[in-house]
Amino acid sequence: MNLHQFLRPAAEVARISGPQDQIVMSSRVRLARNLVQTPFPGWAKKPDRLKVCSRIREAVEALSQMAEGFHASMEEFSALDKQVLVERHLISREHAAKSSGSGLVVSRDEVLSVMINEEDHLRMQALLPGLQLNRAWQAIDAVDTALESALDYAFSPQLGYLTACPTNVGTGIRVSAMLHLPALVLGEQINQIIQAVNKLGLAVRGLYGEGTEALGNVFQISNQMTLGDSEEEIVERLNKVVAQVIEHETDARGLLLEKKPKSVFNHVGRAYGILANAHSVSSKEAINLLSLFRLGIDLGLFADTPRGLTDELFLLVQPAHLQLTARDKLSAEQRDFHRADLVRGRLEAVPRPRPPAAGGAGTLDKPA
Amino acid sequence: MVCKKNEAKVHLTQVLEGTLKKVDLCEECAKAKGVDDPMGFSLADLLMGLGASQELGHGAGAKEAACPACGFTQADFKKTGRLGCPECYQHFSDGLEALLKGMHKGPRHTGKTPHEPRHGAPAGQRIQALQKELDAAIAVENYEEAARLRDEIKSLRAGAAKPDPATP
Ligand SMILES: [Zn+2]
Ligand SMILES: [Zn+2]
Repeated sequence: MNLHQFLRPAAEVARISGPQDQIVMSSRVRLARNLVQTPFPGWAKKPDRLKVCSRIREAVEALSQMAEGFHASMEEFSALDKQVLVERHLISREHAAKSSGSGLVVSRDEVLSVMINEEDHLRMQALLPGLQLNRAWQAIDAVDTALESALDYAFSPQLGYLTACPTNVGTGIRVSAMLHLPALVLGEQINQIIQAVNKLGLAVRGLYGEGTEALGNVFQISNQMTLGDSEEEIVERLNKVVAQVIEHETDARGLLLEKKPKSVFNHVGRAYGILANAHSVSSKEAINLLSLFRLGIDLGLFADTPRGLTDELFLLVQPAHLQLTARDKLSAEQRDFHRADLVRGRLEAVPRPRPPAAGGAGTLDKPA
Repeated sequence: MVCKKNEAKVHLTQVLEGTLKKVDLCEECAKAKGVDDPMGFSLADLLMGLGASQELGHGAGAKEAACPACGFTQADFKKTGRLGCPECYQHFSDGLEALLKGMHKGPRHTGKTPHEPRHGAPAGQRIQALQKELDAAIAVENYEEAARLRDEIKSLRAGAAKPDPATP
């Protein structure tokens, strides 16, 4: 089975809902593990990397969680395949640069993915829609515990799980939630929030992780410290902080509708206007406009349009997914045309936005 | 760090000496620091670049000596910000201690342990495991550690009266 037969279509991925998914797009828990007495991937010689890779693959593929899963060595993927995997958040960009001697195993439901010989021998993650940090931790904890009996981990009672980079040592855990915060951005409160979250020892990053400014008003909140607290304490801290940010975003949405309804309708209406009519749009512009479209759906301006449509388009407008929907290899300019065509086509069925009727305004409940 | 010439386009947060600092970089500076690839860049690289890596040399003799298990040296660490193998933690422990203190919550792992019953496991098993650790600590005359373990065993015994139903 090839990758494209295995991966679920974007529309299907976007339809799966999760708790609080109006604001929390996804929850992820990642663990870093290494084998005892074995050089880390970045320092190992190629024959060692190949040996380690096949040994770990064997153990991971044998897991009950990975039954009917997908597995491959990184050199089996084309550059396009790798980019698709990055856009699906199944591998890191660093892993996309890897070739033979590194591997990937993904579970049938795409919730679990294990990168072999990334920066560490094992980088395993559980990725779930909406706010489900506890479930994600439990799922990846179970995978890790099952692997313990097949693989000898490098572990020190003092320092915990030993990782290639000292920033990950200890629990080797990274817990993160991806949040859509358009009202905090429109209301110019976002910097305050980021600072407050930073003060709690958590990092805030843009859509694609470290170093990026947020695209599409999507922010990722995650722990940075891995040594000193238990996994449960770290998950709990994230839960608390995310709950507070959700509250702030919800309040900000209510406030915008109450105090600046014209401004909100203007932003959403213009976004719809461009998405529904443009003939050339860059991926950055598309993502920023789709964010406002998504906000419009949440605020009830598009009564019968499911939020899944924006989430599907979020994925489809990204370069690799877009290329997949085209027959020929697209140039940068053609990509912008093709992207606009795709979005315009999908928005044909969406009636123009209408401010919600008085009384119904500001309803923040999910459409049934 | 920040040139203050161009508009800051790249924003990141870092832990420095136990406190969190936000860094804003323009695109040029970000490129120069190698942080223009959002996922490829790791916080560690920046941390190492800020003098943290020198601390590895504080250990007596560690400056020259390569890790006996993998041949990794301090210079390699300075270049990559990564260690060579799990044994490197032992070999460079003197220098790493200060580095870890600066970037983490505490000096000691308190989370999951391989092959060890979890929090949900009966206290009896956990006490047995701790007793083994205690014996080992006494054998190497690590009395500080032994005292800590003894206290932990004591508090577990005190709480062992109510059995935990969640057995793995
Ligand atoms: Zn600059
Ligand atoms: Zn070493």
